[in-house]
Amino acid sequence: MEGDIANMGQFIGAGLAAIGSGAAAIGVGNVAGNFLAGALRNPSAAGEQTATLFIGIAFAEALGIFAFLVALLLMFAV
Amino acid sequence: MADTTESHGADGATDAAHGAADAAHGGAEAVGMPQLDFSTFPNQIFWLIVALIAIYMILNKVALPRIASVLADRQGAITSDIAAAEELKLKAVEAEAAYEKALASARAESAEIIAAARQEIQVELDEAIAKADAEISERAAQSEKAIGEIQAGAMESVEAVAKSTAGEIVSALGLSADRAAVDGAVAARLKG
Amino acid sequence: MADEVYKDDGLVFHPMDQFIVTPLFGGTEVHWYTITNVTLWLALAVAAIAAMMVFGTRGRATVPSKSQSIAELAYTFIHKMVEDVAGKDALKFFPYIMTLFMFIVFANFLGLIPMAFTTTSHIAVTAVLAMGVFLTVTILGFVKNGAGFLGLFWVSSAPLPLRPVLAVIEIISYFVRPVSHSIRLAGNMMAGHAVLKVFAGFAAITAVAPISVLAVTAMYGLEVLVSFIQAYVFTILTCVYLKDALHPHH
Repeated sequence: MEGDIANMGQFIGAGLAAIGSGAAAIGVGNVAGNFLAGALRNPSAAGEQTATLFIGIAFAEALGIFAFLVALLLMFAV
Repeated sequence: MADTTESHGADGATDAAHGAADAAHGGAEAVGMPQLDFSTFPNQIFWLIVALIAIYMILNKVALPRIASVLADRQGAITSDIAAAEELKLKAVEAEAAYEKALASARAESAEIIAAARQEIQVELDEAIAKADAEISERAAQSEKAIGEIQAGAMESVEAVAKSTAGEIVSALGLSADRAAVDGAVAARLKG
Repeated sequence: MADEVYKDDGLVFHPMDQFIVTPLFGGTEVHWYTITNVTLWLALAVAAIAAMMVFGTRGRATVPSKSQSIAELAYTFIHKMVEDVAGKDALKFFPYIMTLFMFIVFANFLGLIPMAFTTTSHIAVTAVLAMGVFLTVTILGFVKNGAGFLGLFWVSSAPLPLRPVLAVIEIISYFVRPVSHSIRLAGNMMAGHAVLKVFAGFAAITAVAPISVLAVTAMYGLEVLVSFIQAYVFTILTCVYLKDALHPHH
């Protein structure tokens, strides 16, 4: 019984942590969307900023990956 | 690993008797995620470093210098080709200029020749015209002279005919006319 | 584990089993020298890189063949990235960065082969890569700039009362760099492969099998993209950190 409750806690926690992936998706979409808006407004400057775009996306996505990692740790490692 | 997964799964499925085993899992083995199985870390790190050194050697000693030299060669070839093309273009421009020059000089020469020929012809023509003019005027003078002679001859004959005719007419009228008087009257009449 | 609960239905998820390190030639103990599937796939990555970068360019042609132009493309891609992001004086680290990029991109792509082992999905591997970058950058920063490297943490453009606070934040973010640098790569690889495995597990149910196959196909395409983008991101972040070390006064 005790183990079941602990398991339940793990799964609920993992599911909650998975919300972070959605938040990261919002972040990545924000970065890419704003880049696109700016790029369409000034296409000549867009080419040089692709590196910045990818760095921004990487930072936003890293946090989502952290959430995913927390979920994985709860599921498999705790 | 397969059997550890089984035992871990058994933890979830069976009851609280496994609490102790669970704790052991979490602590020493950490088998749920293979990534957190620290017993494999030395192995992975060792082989990773071997692989990285191998890649570094391959790239640094062979691949990158080779590609760099190929790219430099290509850059050089492109630059020299562009220079050669530039030179050829220059030559073409030069050749065009020379052609233009030759054409212009040929044109000038031909114009000169034409002018000279025209001059020559003009001179000849002038000469011929002058000669012809001289001849014409000479002939005109001759003919005028002849005409004058003929006219003078004609005048004389007219006078003689008039004199004799007048004398004849006078005598025919029954008058005896003085020869000198008749001649004088005719001459005065003709001069009239 | 949750998968065991559904075992009776024939629906079995083992999303993490693909990451297990096993010795290739018998035995169960994994010593540091044991030849494991990690060794095999690392060796394949080395072989693939050698094939592309050395065998592919053997012609040394001025007008490149297909394989040679791929190698040249990789070369100029990273060369330009290092030059643009980190500056001209970072070009002496170009072989090192090229090594990182080629290794990650090939390990990622080789991991996408069905039944393959993805070496970059392991924290142990990416942590070594990230720590290597971190140590290189830190040591280089202190060697090049001496104590001036600490100016990286002292934001001179901020108002004076804020600076200590910012310094604390900057220091924390500096030391989090290797963590996020390594976990980003490993996490992306792990997540993608685990999701593929989960979708593939649904194929055991006949009713949803077509959807499952479609989903696996779509995810596979996404994973190909992610494999490249993560290698690119790892490399470009290395360049950014290198720029910080070479020119700490931004």
